Amino acid sequence: MKKLINDPEAVVREALEGMEAAHRGAVRVMYEPYVVVRVDAPVSGKVAIISGGGSGHEPMHGGFVGPGMLDAACPGEVFTSPTPDQMLEATKAVDGGAGVLHIVKNYTGDILNFEMAAELAQGEGIEVAAVVINDDVAVQDSLYTAGRRGVGATVLAEKLAGARAEQGGSLTDVAGVVRAVNERARSFGVALTSCATPASGTPIFDLGADEIEVGVGIHGEPGRRREKHAPAREIVEMMLEPILDDLQPAQGSSVLAFVNGLGGTPLLELYLLFNEVNGQLADRGITVGRSLVGNYITSLEMAGASITLLQLDDELARLWDAPVKTAALRWGV
Amino acid sequence: MDAMTVTSWLRSCSAAIAEQKDYLTQLDAAIGDADHGSNMTRGFAAVEAKLDELDGGTPPGKLLIAAGQTLVSTVGGASGPLWGTALRRAGRSMGDVDAVDGQGLAAAVDAAVAGVVELGAAQPGDKTMVDALLPAAESLRIHLDGGDTLLASLAAASAAAEAGMRATVPMLARKGRASYLGERSIGHQDPGATSAAIIVAALERAVAGAR
Repeated sequence: MKKLINDPEAVVREALEGMEAAHRGAVRVMYEPYVVVRVDAPVSGKVAIISGGGSGHEPMHGGFVGPGMLDAACPGEVFTSPTPDQMLEATKAVDGGAGVLHIVKNYTGDILNFEMAAELAQGEGIEVAAVVINDDVAVQDSLYTAGRRGVGATVLAEKLAGARAEQGGSLTDVAGVVRAVNERARSFGVALTSCATPASGTPIFDLGADEIEVGVGIHGEPGRRREKHAPAREIVEMMLEPILDDLQPAQGSSVLAFVNGLGGTPLLELYLLFNEVNGQLADRGITVGRSLVGNYITSLEMAGASITLLQLDDELARLWDAPVKTAALRWGV
Repeated sequence: MDAMTVTSWLRSCSAAIAEQKDYLTQLDAAIGDADHGSNMTRGFAAVEAKLDELDGGTPPGKLLIAAGQTLVSTVGGASGPLWGTALRRAGRSMGDVDAVDGQGLAAAVDAAVAGVVELGAAQPGDKTMVDALLPAAESLRIHLDGGDTLLASLAAASAAAEAGMRATVPMLARKGRASYLGERSIGHQDPGATSAAIIVAALERAVAGAR
């Protein structure tokens, strides 16, 4: 597969160098080990929030570093969890004395590395709390798998918790926002194509020209089933059904609807999908109170999309509207 | 087993894994995300660099702890913490002595495997590295207790690891990223069990070379 790269081994470093150059004044990047940090970190007296994960999901997480969202992000190799050293350095760089929250997506590697990092940071006298995000309802058999994966709700949790931290929330408050988001949000993804890591250069799974993977994960993890490709209306039905089955939102309730591109699908199609989501939710008596459409948690060049619904309350809506100033999300500033 | 044998084992692991990098990545592409070969190769290359820094007087237990720490710092994914924990537990089990005998090595291997099981919570049959490591540890102890030489016991352990690795083919993955494949994981050899068997085989070679 053709890629705009120099050397597969240098992809993450060169992208970080580019990101730092493009957003100078907003973030700085530490390279030994890799950490993207808010330029004004540590913010004294504010609860700091860090997250991290494999690269290849940009703008997550580095693009979410800045006022109103993350204080630091730890990018791993492509599709590989970062190491505890990165998380420890990030934690130390952002600790403003009010504690540090780790937002962790539910993958075996991420969990193990973040657990080790939390232990190390606590050993250095930093108060750390961790919350795991596992919103992917495509995983049905949680008992005999590594469990539901952390996907779209992560973006929402980082934004909402970031707002709470900026407003002076305690570590318990901010962690509580992430837990609330994880309880109230569910996601489901569909892939139209596979993707190739820079290191291997070949698609990580095979998908027929007329097939879609229903319930795909952000690393190409297989979903619930393969289907023949279908009109967007039917695909949105396939995606909303398992989300709504699990979330059981009451008639008249308000949700944040997040239509996310996986990297290779144009915004034109994402807005078309959002139109379907909006209409199908309205038919069920559910209001879209807030929305987000775009490529925020991607899977390299995979074509496809995910839908995340978050059941809103006044507090979450207020936190969503609060100012945010990052490379990828920016409003109210 | 002394510092020189530990050093030669770790270097032998590094060479063998680098040689099998593409094969490990291929196995991982089938049921994971195609990064196991490059992650383990990067980690063991860093271990070799660490060994170059340490002076010759470092006891074997301390070498293993340093190697484990290096793997945690450089591998990432699940393999980093798991192998890092394995080596650090083995190192702690050896303490500060200049050399351990067969029973001391068996105790270190048991400690390593216990650390992996504790951290990763995998059971035998879940299609993970545990399926190669647990039979290897058991075989090592049985053969040593039965009066076999250390080398013969390690040869048996290596054979047990390889058999355990092959036994992962028909298993259904229940841990890690492969678990999402469910039935579709059947018929593929687990990459984690494969690198584990490579690492056990390197131990046999290192001890053979030290005689």
